[in-house]
Amino acid sequence: MKDDVVLRVVAKLLVPFILLFALYVQFHGDFGPGGGFQAGVIIAAAVIFYAIIFGLPTARSVVPDWLVEAMVAAGVLLYLGVGLAGILLGGNYLDYFVLGATPVAGQHRGIFWVEAGVGITVSGVMLKIFYMFAARARDK
Amino acid sequence: MSVALHMPVLQVVVPLLSAPLAVLARRGSLPFMFTTAAAWFAFATSIALWMEVEHGAVLSYFIGSWPAPWGIEYRVDRLSALFLLLVSGLAAVVLPYSRRSIQAEIPREQHYLFYALFSLCLAGLLGITVTADAFNIFVFLEIASLSTYVMIALGRDRRALVASYQYLVMGTIGATFFVIGVGLLYLMTGTLNLPDMAERLAAERHTRPVLAALAFITVGLSLKLALFPLHQWLPNAYTYAPSAVTAFLAGTATKVSLYVLVRFYYSVFGESLVFRHLPLPEIMLLLSLAAMFVASGIAIFQRDFKKLLAWSSIGQIGYITLGLSFDTVTGLTASLVNLFNQAVTKCGLFLLLGGAVIVAGGSTLERLAGLGRTMPLTSFGIVIGGLGLIGVPGTAGFISKWYLVLAALERGEWWLVFAVLLSSLLAVAYVWRFVEAAYFRPAPPGRPPRREAPASLLIPAWLMIAASVYFGLDTSVTVGSASGAAEMLIGVKK
Amino acid sequence: MNAASHFSYWATICLMVMGLFIVMARANLIKKLVGLAIFQTSIYLLYIAPGKLIGGTAPIIADGFSVYSNPLPHVLILTAIVVGIAVLALGLALVVRIREAYDSIEEDEILAAEERQP
Repeated sequence: MKDDVVLRVVAKLLVPFILLFALYVQFHGDFGPGGGFQAGVIIAAAVIFYAIIFGLPTARSVVPDWLVEAMVAAGVLLYLGVGLAGILLGGNYLDYFVLGATPVAGQHRGIFWVEAGVGITVSGVMLKIFYMFAARARDK
Repeated sequence: MSVALHMPVLQVVVPLLSAPLAVLARRGSLPFMFTTAAAWFAFATSIALWMEVEHGAVLSYFIGSWPAPWGIEYRVDRLSALFLLLVSGLAAVVLPYSRRSIQAEIPREQHYLFYALFSLCLAGLLGITVTADAFNIFVFLEIASLSTYVMIALGRDRRALVASYQYLVMGTIGATFFVIGVGLLYLMTGTLNLPDMAERLAAERHTRPVLAALAFITVGLSLKLALFPLHQWLPNAYTYAPSAVTAFLAGTATKVSLYVLVRFYYSVFGESLVFRHLPLPEIMLLLSLAAMFVASGIAIFQRDFKKLLAWSSIGQIGYITLGLSFDTVTGLTASLVNLFNQAVTKCGLFLLLGGAVIVAGGSTLERLAGLGRTMPLTSFGIVIGGLGLIGVPGTAGFISKWYLVLAALERGEWWLVFAVLLSSLLAVAYVWRFVEAAYFRPAPPGRPPRREAPASLLIPAWLMIAASVYFGLDTSVTVGSASGAAEMLIGVKK
Repeated sequence: MNAASHFSYWATICLMVMGLFIVMARANLIKKLVGLAIFQTSIYLLYIAPGKLIGGTAPIIADGFSVYSNPLPHVLILTAIVVGIAVLALGLALVVRIREAYDSIEEDEILAAEERQP
């Protein structure tokens, strides 16, 4: 599909908006529907869309394999880190109350970073799954 | 901040932490070091927890400081402490073994993934044991199972893939059945916290959804723990998985599912509903007897020694559920002691066999012929472990069968004593097949005359075998905490 | 207590039985996974449907509302969906590998190939 001008142009125009929408879903998760799971999948969908139009090698040079794998691990680490921060600040594990000056601010900060971790890991996992399946057929 | 206060959660979090660290480190021996350090930390923590609850204390930990019925509670009592000890102890021994063992079985570039999976599996199993939230159990169950499926598929034989697929299908059906049961209980009680659920169930104990939940949970977990007619996934999964994985799984995966079953029977539904209101003890007794005889019988005719041990595991699960079906303190004690000893013995046997497979090039009995002369230490260890499976006095297996016989006599069921003895004879038969091959047959041509497995494999394996003998002589740890847990569950005051 | 008021349960049971039947009756490994996915989907419905209160609104405290739907089932099922995705992805990955190793995704052919293998 690399040779189709319409597809190429539309894809290039759409990808930033998809990513922006993903960020909106990610950060709006505190007040309304949304959150890390959905945002992560939307980010991954943007890259997968890009890979379908421009080919897997191009997508892999934009978002390389090592980055994807690091994202999978980093998100989990971020999540666990928020949990441990609760312990270090004198609360229980995953205690958001102690993370901010007031309990409400603490809850807000805690869920923000936890959802960030979830978003990073989910987009990493989704991309990893896509890369693995897509590369498999090519190698044959 | 004191670490001691947070032990119940750190027990799970530290192994979970080592998984992403292993992925980030990728190359070199860092993944191995992270995972092993986490497993040893978990083992040390579980010893500390075990000592803390030994006299009947119950530790509660509230995740995120949300109090019990609303937040997720981690809860350590005598039963969970025993299982924490078992799971983390086996992991602490199997991990050093795996370093050398997977070099022969898994491509080098996948090693860091193996360690990450192992950490996840350990975290999942420990999480199941420590959590007091029904849905949390399901999530941890799936974390442990998913990493297990992948670890089985890492086996070299292509049949490992099919075995893993079959386990995935059966395991997912089992877990889904479990979560249906939990869902029905949640609909009836509006809570997921196990102690809270037990309290609220008291009013609606005999309603149909609760009975349906009991049925779903029983069948789902029986699939996971490979109770006799639901055991189809087990033999191939154990046979074709890498040795270190088999050894760890044989000691933990099915056992932890049994923990969940015991937990739900005694701490949630209550024994009067499970054992008096329904014909469950009779069904369980029949299935246990079928497992003891049919599976042990099939074990005798296996050509592959690893598969033979896998079938023997199914037979041994029969002993464990037999004790459970009695619904007495002695029966439950026998069941838990059996479970603990069997896990240690089987783990040791699979570890030794893993060393033999690397040297002899296969686990079929023809390949293992003459092993007594070429690998004396390994085969001697396997014989000791085999004696433990039979239940010869002086080994841990004797203690577990002794308590089983006591429990049967206590109920006046004489014929069960003979059943236990008879099925031990079947164990003699299948252990004898190894003895015959290893000591009375010549080694196949081309094998180096005398070569032991590397010390890094032998030492952990012998540690497990030595432990199985130790628990046969000093029963204060196993019988002590098992009877303590049984008394706590059945509610007998000393 | 009529059949229509329990509509969601009927749907759950139908999906559950259909999924389980496909897993057992089909020899094609991909179809088995499809059945497994349907089976798991029925659980989502089992949890989600009772969480809705008729007349209840989203569980965000606001003036003028006193009846709220139960948000907990949604959170649980979000987790269960993630678990389901992981199972499905892993299952499909295994099928890809099985196809490479056996050149077939039919269970009977694979079992026959295994029989021949020493």
